[in-house]
Order: sequence, then structure tokens, then C-alpha cells
Amino acid sequence: MGKTVAEKIFDAHRIDRPQEGIEVLSIDAVFCHEITTPIAINDLVSRGKDRVFDNTKIKAVIDHVTPAKDSKTAEQGKTIREWAKRQNIKDFFDIGKNGVCHAIFPEHGFARPGYTIIMGDSHTCTHGAFCAFAAGVGTTDLEVGILKGVCAFKSPETIKINITGKLQSGVFAKDVILEVIRQLTTNGATDCVIEFTGEVVDAMSMESRLTLSNMAVEAGATSGICYPDMTTVEYLWPFIQDEFKTKEEALASYKQWLPDADATYKKVMNIDVTNLEPLATFGYKPDQVKTIKELEGTRLDQIYIGSCTNGRIEDLRVAAKVLEGNKLSPDVRGILAPATPKVYSQALAEGIIKIFMDAGFCVTNPTCGACLGMSNGVLASGEVCAATTNRNFNGRMGKGGTIHLMSPASAAASAIAGKITNSKLYKG
Amino acid sequence: MKNFNGKILFLDRSDINTDEIIPAKYLTELTKEALKPYCLEDLKLDSFDSKKDLAEKTAIVTRENFGCGSSREHAPWALEENGINIVIATNFARIFRQNMFNNGMMAIELPAEQIDEIFKKFAGTDATLAVDFDKSEIKISNNKDSFTTNYTLGLFYSDLVKVGGWIDYVDTKY
Repeated sequence: MGKTVAEKIFDAHRIDRPQEGIEVLSIDAVFCHEITTPIAINDLVSRGKDRVFDNTKIKAVIDHVTPAKDSKTAEQGKTIREWAKRQNIKDFFDIGKNGVCHAIFPEHGFARPGYTIIMGDSHTCTHGAFCAFAAGVGTTDLEVGILKGVCAFKSPETIKINITGKLQSGVFAKDVILEVIRQLTTNGATDCVIEFTGEVVDAMSMESRLTLSNMAVEAGATSGICYPDMTTVEYLWPFIQDEFKTKEEALASYKQWLPDADATYKKVMNIDVTNLEPLATFGYKPDQVKTIKELEGTRLDQIYIGSCTNGRIEDLRVAAKVLEGNKLSPDVRGILAPATPKVYSQALAEGIIKIFMDAGFCVTNPTCGACLGMSNGVLASGEVCAATTNRNFNGRMGKGGTIHLMSPASAAASAIAGKITNSKLYKG
Repeated sequence: MKNFNGKILFLDRSDINTDEIIPAKYLTELTKEALKPYCLEDLKLDSFDSKKDLAEKTAIVTRENFGCGSSREHAPWALEENGINIVIATNFARIFRQNMFNNGMMAIELPAEQIDEIFKKFAGTDATLAVDFDKSEIKISNNKDSFTTNYTLGLFYSDLVKVGGWIDYVDTKY
């Protein structure tokens, strides 16, 4: 019987099967941030178990609220900072070096093909873009991961999504994943892993694949996996060049994780994106998706470009192309949050930050911030935001606020218009 | 084991997400106790008043995909702090379901037809839940009706409920 990617990774990491259909895996990387980790740390301390299974396999960042906005968030930062020091966690990203977890950890090569990765954050599925089994978990799973390096999962079923055709100019990975979620619905992939494949994914950069995998959880998926190819190897090369003699050798090794030709899938979906138009969400569920055209003219108060979905350099370049020479409509305010210091520096060097500032955007430091309504751009009641983030839940960016999720190109076009409009302004 | 018996809160909607169960702005709290007053504060459900409707409830019956969204374990903790240790639904989001069992709480899945029947018979009434853990049986009743059915947990989740969660389970095993 052939195996899927997830089945191969499970086979290589299984340490127990407490019942049929439940598997306990060894974990290659435990990622931590300051919101969900401190309660785990405090619990370990109170149990007299303040230790970590392997300090080199734990990566930590302060990203959700940074700089601290009040005493409570300062306390959370302090807890994880002191713990990282105490446990000798070398890969800890504090203020000045910190960025959104699912953007900064890939930048440092922490996600690799065949890895098992957990984090107390639902968008951990993002790292599946490197052909890893990466899953969001709660604080208890995280605590056990930190202490023992293990985590339990249901045996994975896989949905294969074959994305074919050719994306039109102005249509991006964000539009593709919104279409996938529209078709699957918010629980269409619950307890499943998604394998994203097909010529469209093959042609995508790592940044675009990260956008695709990032929102797999919005359809309920445990992880969203892309296959390893030369794009994966090129991205990882600075971190793996001591491990392999050549890139070809690295690729040959990574291909062990590709699914077998006779692997069994729960479902195979074929999506031809040739005629796909720019999309956006409406309502308060990420599967409520319409074309930008259908939402044309919708009133907006704020534009937010950033997050683990679309805060990478490629996203900023696209938005800047639309914004260049244009001004933000006086009806709206604009916020750009580059996802990491590296993205910020690159955007500065390329003149992108200036384009945003000339257009009238506020440029903030890298942080999750407004995406989950914690800081740096929280909405007031009745306000409407066009956001490049991943969740349009009721109240997500602020009590009583409404969110329309869309691509950076569409968000930038809407920023100029002051209302939702299509991204035909993109000249790519 | 935690208490699973008592009054039921009916939430007649699918896709109730963790932001609705506990908004992100309260994730800066460093203790579970502090979450208590904010549970279900942002729930989008007509005429629902979290302050009034949560009082004295010990169980939730709801529809599909309960607990979708964020991985925040603050969601089950906020329920637990309000005395709710069991949620019965058609199905759950994976992380929320695991978080419930990881705390020795129960996330019970029943077929949509049974959930329908429970809503028809008991929603809007003073209904109570009684769980017979050894028989894997739940009984819902009010002053004129009752409904009994079996649920399936499996050995792993039963053990988590018995020992009080994943941390204590792991201690004895790995």
C-alpha cells in the first residue's frame, strides 16, 4: 500500500500507538511565542519540571504584542525571555530581532522536509510549505512537547488538491487559498492533511507556498503540505549546505518524503485557476468568499497589510507596485506591518517602505498585532477593514469590527479607492 | 474525574470559533481564573447574554465545527472556569477537541440527527445532562422528556479523562 507524505513522516516519527488511529510522534521542532507559552512555562515550574527536552530543538519568539503594550504583555515577554535564558535556548528572537513566528522561523531554515513541528498557534500549518508535518496545538500539548518532545495525533487522512492552469495577472496564492477554502468549507478538512500539488504550486515561490499552507487550518486541516523541489532547496540552501554536497543531493534526499504513486487519499480535488478572479471574504467565516467584483464599492475604514499570511517581501513588492505614485484615499487609514526585520530591511533597501509612506501608510514594526486585535490597529465597533490576514471572525480585529480578507494587491488597490475594488491596478 | 453532570447551555449555531469563546485581548492574562468573566463574550448568537445565560450551566450542546480557529487553550479553560467540562456537538475543530481532552474535559460527538433531536426536545427548557462514563452513555432530560444515547470515545481519550489530562498521562508513559 502506498503512503502519503504525512503517513511517511508519521512512520519515521512514531513512538507509540495508544489506540488504533492515535499516534504519538517524536517532535523535531517545538516553536514558542509569548502568548501561549508562558502558562506552560509557569505550569512546568510549579510541577518542579522546569526543563526542556532539547534546547536546540526549541525556537522562541516574542511576536504577538511587541513592543509590550501594557504590564500584562510585558510580564508575558519577561516570562518567555527569562525562560529562554534559563534553558539556554539559543534561537530566541527578542525585540529588535523579532518578527511574526511563521515568517521568521522559515527565514532561519527551522522548517525542513520530513520534520514534525508543533507550536501553540493554529497557523503552524504554514511550515508544511517545506513538506513538514507542522501542526498547531494548545498549551498542554506545547508543554508536553517542551518537556518530552512528543505529541499525539490522529492517524492522518489526506486530501490532495491539484491546482492547475495559469494564474492571471493580479491573481495570487491568497486568491487560490480563498478559493480552496470556499470549496472545502471551514471544516471540510478537519483532522486531514492537505497536499497542495500541480503546476501552479510547482511554479510558486516559497513565499507564495507559505501563504497557501498558512490558511489550510481555515478549512480545518491539521497541516498544509507542499512537495519539496528545487525551489525548496534553493530557499533552504544557506542552512543545509554543510549537510549536502550539492543541491541535487539535497533534493534527492528530500524526495524520500514525496507520496507514493499508489498512496490512498480521502479525496482528490482538481482546481483549474486559469479563470480565477481576485477574491475576498465577506461575513465572519473564511469560507464566505466572493469575487472582488461582487464586493466592489464596499465601504472601508482601514487597510491592513501584514501577518503570517501576507507580510513577506513578495507581498510588499506586489502592494508597492499598485501603490507607487498613488495616495491612500482620504476615507481610509492604512497600516503596513512587515512580517520580519529582514522583510523590513529589504523593503527599505528596495524603496518599498518609501512608497508606502508616500502613499500615506503608517509603517509599524514586525508583529502579529492587529490581525488578532491585540495591538497596532485594532478596529472600533462598526469599522470595516480590508486585511491581508487569515481570519474574518466576528470581532477578531476589534469588537464590532468587520474584516474582508484579500490579497496584498487587492488591499492596495482598495486603499487607493477607499473602498473594495479589484486589483486590476496591479501591473505585473 | 471532572464533573460532567448538570444544566445544559444550548448554542444553536455552527462554527462557533475560539475568538468568540474567549477574545484574543484576554490572552494576556497569565492565570486561567482571570478568564472567567469573559467567556463567550463575543458570541454571535441572537439574544445571547453571556453574563446571564452561562450562570449555573455545566454542559454545552451545540452544532458543527465547535471551537474552530485559534489554538488557544484559553477557550476550554474559560469554559472550565465557568464550570463547563463537557461540550456535545456534531463535530469539533481538531485543536479545540484535543485541548478539551488534554485537560480531562470531554468533547463528545453525536450524529447531526441526534443533535437535531436534542435541540427540538430540550432547547429553551431547563434541561440537565447526566453522564455514565463506565457505560459511555449520556442522558438528557427535563420535566417532560428524556433522551439517552451512547457515545464513542476510544481508549486514549477515555484514559485522558480518567487521569485528568495529557500531562498526567504522559508522566506515566513517555
